[in-house]
Amino acid sequence: MTDLLNIAAPVAAAVKELVVISGKGGTGKTSVVASFAALAGNAVLADCDVDAPDLHLVLGPRVVQREPFSGGKRARIRPGHCVACGKCEELCRFDAIFFDGPSNGIVEKTYRVDRLACEGCGVCAWFCAEGAIEFSPVVSGECYFSETRFGPMVHARLGIAEQNSGKLVSTVRTKARAIAQERGFGLIVSDGPPGAGCPVIASITGASAVLVVAEPTPSGLHGLERVAELARHFGVPGLLCVNKWDLNAELSEQIEASARRLGLEPAGRVRYDRAVTEAHKRGKPVVEHRRNGAAADIRELWATVGARLQTHDQDPLKG
Amino acid sequence: MKLAIASGKGGTGKTTVATNLAVLASRQGAHSVAYLDCDVEDPNGHLFLKPTITSSEPAKRFYPVVNEELCTHCKLCGEICQYGGIVCLGRKVLVDPQLCHSCGGCVLVCRPGAITEAPRNIGRLERGRAGAIDFVRGLLNIGEAMSTPLIRQVKAAAPPADLLVIDSPPGTSCPVVESVRGADFVLLVAEPTPFGLHDLKMAVAMVRALKLPAGVCVNRAVPGDGEIYEYCRREGIEILAEIPDDRRVAEVYSRGLLACDAVPQFCERLEGLLQQLHSSMGARAARPASRQHR
Repeated sequence: MTDLLNIAAPVAAAVKELVVISGKGGTGKTSVVASFAALAGNAVLADCDVDAPDLHLVLGPRVVQREPFSGGKRARIRPGHCVACGKCEELCRFDAIFFDGPSNGIVEKTYRVDRLACEGCGVCAWFCAEGAIEFSPVVSGECYFSETRFGPMVHARLGIAEQNSGKLVSTVRTKARAIAQERGFGLIVSDGPPGAGCPVIASITGASAVLVVAEPTPSGLHGLERVAELARHFGVPGLLCVNKWDLNAELSEQIEASARRLGLEPAGRVRYDRAVTEAHKRGKPVVEHRRNGAAADIRELWATVGARLQTHDQDPLKG
Repeated sequence: MKLAIASGKGGTGKTTVATNLAVLASRQGAHSVAYLDCDVEDPNGHLFLKPTITSSEPAKRFYPVVNEELCTHCKLCGEICQYGGIVCLGRKVLVDPQLCHSCGGCVLVCRPGAITEAPRNIGRLERGRAGAIDFVRGLLNIGEAMSTPLIRQVKAAAPPADLLVIDSPPGTSCPVVESVRGADFVLLVAEPTPFGLHDLKMAVAMVRALKLPAGVCVNRAVPGDGEIYEYCRREGIEILAEIPDDRRVAEVYSRGLLACDAVPQFCERLEGLLQQLHSSMGARAARPASRQHR
């Protein structure tokens, strides 16, 4: 099970890596990361939400280099060679094979692989007696290295309806780390995906710390509990930020209390402020757009988080 | 009718729309309604529907178990495995259940029959009732990477219903594809922000790749946010409802209550949406050429 950790080995001691996550989506991860990018000034930025990346909308990266990403292989039946024996359909456990391919002069109908349902196991190709099934790597996304006005940025895009986002996340992190080491950056700030599954696990394993952004709602609390457990499971120290805390002050306190119980350290609160979205519409993080309101809260949050990252070596956060 | 509620971006209001729609539809009384929470990494529907759970069983998936006594070290299992789930190192065969996709390839290639499959727990599958609504949800174990096998089980557990509301996880990759696959219609909940519009475009690309009919519900609409409407018009995507940004809805949500009970305007919009969905689906059903994708 821990093999998953090894995909992304821990960052070298000199480079800190902060990953911003949340169980529930839409709590404000990207808003916080965009402002951190402006405040840090000396960080490599990484967008690990390869499934629905948004950080580039605020940071306006200029792509310097792009690389195709292959998440694995896919099967394809060559209709000319299919004799319609049905072995592939019988063996496929992903319901990815359909008997509706074109006629080929040998049989009326041939078998066909649904590209979006195929999980790339290769069992059909291995057992096809006619050798009618091609099984080869497919490009399922793209990884970008870019420059922004705040520093270098690594981001990616998983093709629509594609698989293996975890592997693409690891690719992004490996690249961000290489750039940090090569160019002497001490910090990587990474925008994580929502949820608690494969892409999140790939984002946080071996990181210096996670910052969980939670909103004061029952769903926010539930999501926080899930990712706090996840961070603990993988031994990554965690900090907490309650975003839009003033929507429900009472629940915000409950969330902080619950976070403490689960080993997360509250690092700040950010108030609800429409200026955040207004700034994004102008392609700016809110701290570049305003000085008061949520922008002031995020500055304070960054001061705390930055300090915690620096003291981490002598006084490790409890995971 | 299988109605999937999805969105590229998280936190746009999928669960709010899905739970309130299910409740309003069931109150109309004419149709049986079921709600499936396919966001197994972070399911939230139960917080609002407050179902009585009638059964909770472990969800399992299979992984290979190697009988070393029968193994002839032919290494074919390691060769067919595409995921690093089974690896042959010298005379050792190592299995990593977390990486295994349960394709069964290793069992099939093993000539001496040294590999069998054993189940392991990956989460829970829960069934219940929320008023007249049949409720099903999956809850993935913490640390478990793959959510699609559990989503498949949640969908397989769907009770028969006139209206099946499928609450999906956010994003546009495999867990979402698994959730919306086979739906008659996908309702994309989008907010009119830069992130919301960008992720809506990705969600639209996904439903198009899957050849599923879809429409949009604009949530937290603010006057002046015209770009999302312009996009939908250009792309020929129907906007089925517009729910205005209303702090009362956010407050009701933050107390874990159903907005349709507390905010009359919200209730009206969702009733309108339900109407739209019925007529949109009816029109599609009447068109014989409309392609039904699995």
